[in-house]
Amino acid sequence: MERVSTIAGVRTKSAVRASPTSQSRSGQVLAYVLLSLGGLVMFMPFVWLLSSSVKGPNQVFVFPPEWIPNPIHWDNYAYVVQELPFLLYLQNTMIITVGAVTGQVLTSMISAYSFARLRWWGRDVIFALILSTLMLPYVVTLIPIYVIFTRLHWINTFLPLIVPTWFGGGAFNIFLLRQFFLTIPRELEEAAIVDGAQPWTLLRQIIVPLSKPALAVVAIFSFLHQWNDFLGPLIYLNKAQLRTLALGVNALQGLEWGRDMTQYIMAISVLITAPVIILFFVAQRSFIEGIVLTGLRG
Amino acid sequence: MSVLSFSAPTESSHSAPFYRRRRFQQNFYGWLFALPAILGLVCFSAGPVLASFYFSLTDYSVVKPPSFVGLQNFVDLLTSDGLFRQSLWITTYYSLLAIPLSLIIGLLIAILLNQRVRGVAIYRAIWYLPTIVPIVATATLWRWILNSEFGLVNWPLKTLGLPAPGWLTDPAWTIPSLVLIHLWAIGNAMLINLAGLQGVPVQLYEAASIDGATSWTKFWHVTIPMLSPVLFFNLVLGIIESFQVFTIVYVIFTPGGTSSGTAGPANAALFYVLYLYRNAFEYFKMGYASAMAWILFLIIVALTWLAFRLQGRWVYYEGGKIGE
Repeated sequence: MERVSTIAGVRTKSAVRASPTSQSRSGQVLAYVLLSLGGLVMFMPFVWLLSSSVKGPNQVFVFPPEWIPNPIHWDNYAYVVQELPFLLYLQNTMIITVGAVTGQVLTSMISAYSFARLRWWGRDVIFALILSTLMLPYVVTLIPIYVIFTRLHWINTFLPLIVPTWFGGGAFNIFLLRQFFLTIPRELEEAAIVDGAQPWTLLRQIIVPLSKPALAVVAIFSFLHQWNDFLGPLIYLNKAQLRTLALGVNALQGLEWGRDMTQYIMAISVLITAPVIILFFVAQRSFIEGIVLTGLRG
Repeated sequence: MSVLSFSAPTESSHSAPFYRRRRFQQNFYGWLFALPAILGLVCFSAGPVLASFYFSLTDYSVVKPPSFVGLQNFVDLLTSDGLFRQSLWITTYYSLLAIPLSLIIGLLIAILLNQRVRGVAIYRAIWYLPTIVPIVATATLWRWILNSEFGLVNWPLKTLGLPAPGWLTDPAWTIPSLVLIHLWAIGNAMLINLAGLQGVPVQLYEAASIDGATSWTKFWHVTIPMLSPVLFFNLVLGIIESFQVFTIVYVIFTPGGTSSGTAGPANAALFYVLYLYRNAFEYFKMGYASAMAWILFLIIVALTWLAFRLQGRWVYYEGGKIGE
């Protein structure tokens, strides 16, 4: 664990520092060629996605493929938003996302503060137990949790997707925030403690303002997780009007529409990918720190 | 009362009212603040793990209460379920391809992206972007890219007169196709490697250069040993992830959730967790699926343990060996 956090520290300090190879002219050219070729291959699917999303029904199944369709069907996007239940799916996704991100950030923050700063009986054992759940494959707990929510009659509500996030917000987030809180000098709080400040005040007025970068990492990854989540909604939401965007995209591939939807599926895929890419460019720094720290996909 | 090392702060022996109040306060707020996490641990991790173990020994369909059958589920899985064996084989085959390839390619890309060339930040973003695309979008997009007649991949192959395989329709190509998709979204491994590369002290390379080392020698004797803990970290993550692949295969091979018979051509995409999902949520064999979950758990624990046991042979830790 120590090792991982050092890596993050290094990464944040400087973007480019040690470069092992000698920077000979030919080496640089080779690096450029490889980077560009590879980059092109990596980027091609995005161009293909965009191109397919603005094709008409008889332009999709054409060989060789047209890269710039003529005419360009921008109206595919209007169709997706107006004729398909895109806005409904978006609304469902947003309800779950807002509820879950709030829960994860708030409760992981409060718990992490307790593990980082307060001394209480049983603390270290419980913290170790929470950390050990990181090793637990999700399939082991999947069925019993499903049974709990079935008993509560919460199937086909958003509750199974929101409520669990209000119980600690995940071992990893607790760990990440605790490590961050530990780096904040205690002296900052001591003056306030002498003045009789309670833990809640210390957390709100001293820790939170200093922890915004770490809280941002938690919020971003929590958002990504909710936005991308598929298995959770698949299990708990079985009604068409409750679908999230991820479920909706998958449903468009099905037979219920009675015709091929390829260009609309591509358009809706662009619409669900765009926010994530924008978020990446806006918050690139937090993003990279978070990934290097977690090694996990959001 | 001091069962645990941290539980008795030194000031307690003085028992001044201030300290006593302080200690009570710390315990009170400590538990109060950690309560959500503790309840979460009990209700959504520890409890379910025990329940899952119990379910694995029962015949349980949710509608009726579970009936105890002993080890019958495990016996059935290991002796008479051909699909279980198929799913285990498919997942192992995928892991054997995906894990080493992503380690090697992730390292090579990271080395490229660590070069001091202009505009490297843009390249990094391009190489990283596929990783953040929502899995459902990745699946729908690649399903279309790998379309054998009109897809992007077969376009150059056909134009050049090369064989154009049915990537997702030919059982032999199914797993390699999924590995290809996995490699497209290799950004996280790459980024972790990149961070590792930047943590290698420049002095080591300088010292090696003075001793007349070539780039190749430096790579094998400086870069690889210094990066081995990061590679090990990626290896362990790779094991955990590849044995639990679900969404991408579900979306590609059961479009629209149509649970029609096979998963992919000749069940060539019947991944372990997909088969588990079907048992649990399509056939409602919760006990059977729980037994599958436990077998997977044991497999992952065993492989991770093995990786940790073998790390002494190739992983170099600067501050001495880990766990000693």
